[in-house]
Amino acid sequence: MSMIHVTTTVNGDEVEFLCDPRETLLDVLRDRLSLTGAKEGCGTGDCGACSVTVDDRLVCSCLMLGAEAEGKSIGTIEGMADGEDLHPLQEKFIEYAALQCGVCTPGVLVATEALLKKNPDPTETEVRYWLAGNLCRCTGYDKIIRAVLDTAADLRKAS
Amino acid sequence: MAPDGNMTNGFKVVGTRPKRPDGVDKVTGRAKFGADAYAPGMLHAAIVRSPHAHAKILKIDTAKAEALKGVKAVVTRADFAEGLTGENWNILENVMAGDTALYDGHAVAAVAATTALGARDAAKLIEVEYEALPHVTDVDKAMAEDAPVIRAGAADKSVPEGLHPNVVRYHESGHGDVEKGFAEADLVIEESFKTEATHQGYIEPHACLAQLGPDGKGEVWCCTQGHFNVQKVCAALVGTESSQIRVTPSEIGGGFGGKTVVFIEPVALALSKKANRPVKLVMSRSEVFRATGPTASTSMDIKIGMTRDGKITAAQGIFRLQGGAFPGAPMEFTAMCAFAPYALENVHQIGYDVMSNRPKQAAYRAPGSPMAAFAVESVIDELCNKLDLDPIEVRLNNASREGTKASYGPKFERIGLVETLEAASEHPHYTAPLAEGQGRGISCGFWFNHGGETAVSLALSEDGTVSLSVGTPDIGGSRASMGQMAAEELGIPYENIRTTVADTATLGYNEISHGSRVTYASGLATIKAARDAVKKLCARAAAKWGIDEDAVVWEDGCAKPSGPNAGDFDPLPLAKIARSMGRTGGPIVGHYEATPEGAGVSFATHIVDAEVDKDTGQTKVVRYTVVQDAGKAIHPTYVEGQYQGGAAQGIGWALNEEYIYGEDGRLQNSGFLDYRIPVASDLPLIDTVIVEVPNPGHPYGVRGVGETSICPPLAAIANAVSNAAGVRLKGLPMSPPRILAALSAEADG
Repeated sequence: MSMIHVTTTVNGDEVEFLCDPRETLLDVLRDRLSLTGAKEGCGTGDCGACSVTVDDRLVCSCLMLGAEAEGKSIGTIEGMADGEDLHPLQEKFIEYAALQCGVCTPGVLVATEALLKKNPDPTETEVRYWLAGNLCRCTGYDKIIRAVLDTAADLRKAS
Repeated sequence: MAPDGNMTNGFKVVGTRPKRPDGVDKVTGRAKFGADAYAPGMLHAAIVRSPHAHAKILKIDTAKAEALKGVKAVVTRADFAEGLTGENWNILENVMAGDTALYDGHAVAAVAATTALGARDAAKLIEVEYEALPHVTDVDKAMAEDAPVIRAGAADKSVPEGLHPNVVRYHESGHGDVEKGFAEADLVIEESFKTEATHQGYIEPHACLAQLGPDGKGEVWCCTQGHFNVQKVCAALVGTESSQIRVTPSEIGGGFGGKTVVFIEPVALALSKKANRPVKLVMSRSEVFRATGPTASTSMDIKIGMTRDGKITAAQGIFRLQGGAFPGAPMEFTAMCAFAPYALENVHQIGYDVMSNRPKQAAYRAPGSPMAAFAVESVIDELCNKLDLDPIEVRLNNASREGTKASYGPKFERIGLVETLEAASEHPHYTAPLAEGQGRGISCGFWFNHGGETAVSLALSEDGTVSLSVGTPDIGGSRASMGQMAAEELGIPYENIRTTVADTATLGYNEISHGSRVTYASGLATIKAARDAVKKLCARAAAKWGIDEDAVVWEDGCAKPSGPNAGDFDPLPLAKIARSMGRTGGPIVGHYEATPEGAGVSFATHIVDAEVDKDTGQTKVVRYTVVQDAGKAIHPTYVEGQYQGGAAQGIGWALNEEYIYGEDGRLQNSGFLDYRIPVASDLPLIDTVIVEVPNPGHPYGVRGVGETSICPPLAAIANAVSNAAGVRLKGLPMSPPRILAALSAEADG
């Protein structure tokens, strides 16, 4: 099968790759671009571990083909920190122990950042429903929810 | 410090909440999990699995797959070691079927190709000819007279005569005279319960990267709870020696017991050997559900007698556990945990380990205990309701204490059940008013906890920092707690210690991270390794000062002269001794190797409020409080995390999660859409209370905390739901159809 040539932007950098038309965006990110922060937990869009943004829209990268990334702007967990400065959400997740095994964490963080961009002052219920597509099996979500609400409050104070 | 080296107060680092050493890696996506490893020349593998619940494998034709471009190796059972016996044979049989496929999803062949898509294409070209056999997936049906036999002769000597060959192990324990006890009761309740199989549901599927050369030397990178076990099993299954296979554990994306078992690593090694290239093998989510270990499903009969004033006079339980197509369902744990919270004069328990055409069950957080608690604590709740007694008071009046002869035999040492019950009864949750349609449930839970083979090494650097190597994969933040314990002993900052989970070539054998053993056993070994290093540090100081080694003490990170020499020399800090260690006797390394046996058992009491919609059968957990004895919480935030995680998994088990098999014996819900684990919008915040009743078997009093947290939830939620619905729920999960069925059965009277 002939490969498809794709030009796209990932975390602000222009990127070119060749991919099989059947490869998902997640496959491409991980296997061709060495960006393994997004994880495959299910491959069916149920767990959210592969969450990325495409033109600022939150998507499961396992549900999108790599070829569809042509001309788009992709954001992954690897682009969340600013150099050596962690994003406030990243700082707060560590401080609150909002992660245990950490395999869902990149997806949860990407999803949460997208939420706070849309809604800087979410209620607990809004956070819970927004994150309902990101499965975490370790924490029971308690510390995640607290970390998100507290970061949102900090960011509102800072702005 | 007490003369036995135990300390219970005066901690400087233990009990604080420092940041985890793997935190930045995990929030930036840099942490490397099982599927995140790549090697030059690497192939990708895929496994062919049986679509039948039970079938004879007549023929496997691999020709078309082998002819596909990019395919480098195909393996079947013939490519693994022959002549294995005992558990190694069982593991191999599960890793790659022999002449019979024993469950839907059982591996029958595997292929490696240059791309992942190519491997999947090739797997579809492998033609397997089956002859379907009769199958059984339900535990009670598997014990029935007419049930198909999964494997003749699998039963061991414990099984009494006259039982079906699918009953492969039998357990009986207890003491006293239950008939006499039931006669003394004012009320005896006897009920039957069933629980469906659930999956650990870790978000990271099993994954490995393996290489095995023609020289017999191998390397494995994988996500596992026990890399030394992977080494041992892989060596046996591919027919080489343990020390020739070096296993490096990746970060592990959840395990909960499910990654104590070896499934794919020997397959990747066999493919690698054939292709002479590294092979990466990653399971899909569907494969995880179909072919890794869920829990056992159960069928249980409980009979408990109680006097009018709430004394339990006798208790009896029969526990039948279906553990898939292999022996090993943890029915003895179910039986032994069932009545452990109670001081009983008359108690009797029987367990059956039953084979069926399902995947081999694996441990899931306190394996076997949560189901027992569900059945037993439901009956106790019913007794309390009927006799109009307070459920905490009844449990307190019957509670096991220090010196109680446990239902499973031994005498309890210092335990903290009473303290958890008292804390629960004083918690505002217990007396908070309930809204219309809500019910409250409480339950106790018990788990043994474990010690096990452990080796730890602690090496000083010249700059006074420390590398701590442990052999137990970090499944719950243990690198932080190990670092804290080492810092406590050495008297240096937590930040000066880096804790690493070392590979199999670096340390002596370490048992799997299971049984809530890590903070207990690796923690104990860390403390002892640090004390070993301190002894060596003191010896260097003594030599420098020209005084006796015994006249040097270690305080606040410094060697100090003591006794008659006290004050004669300036204290020597660790960094100063380390700086000159090359000239004063060489590197300083503390180490400890042992099989600690003082793991303290632990108890918890949970309080749950649930709201039931009687029209839809939908249940919502509205408030949840966990009270559990940690012995000593090294890092309280991570202890809370274990409590909350166990409760959340319990909520899923109680309300939603179940393996659903069709008439054809095939699993019908092998994905997260249909096997629905709790999502954020399903759960409330989960309140925690850490009770600390020190375990005398650990220098700081630590008890394991990871598993006990899943013991009470099934029962506590069932009690809350039953009290809200006004009808006793006796089957898990309490999904809307089951609740509606129970309500309509009650209405029909």
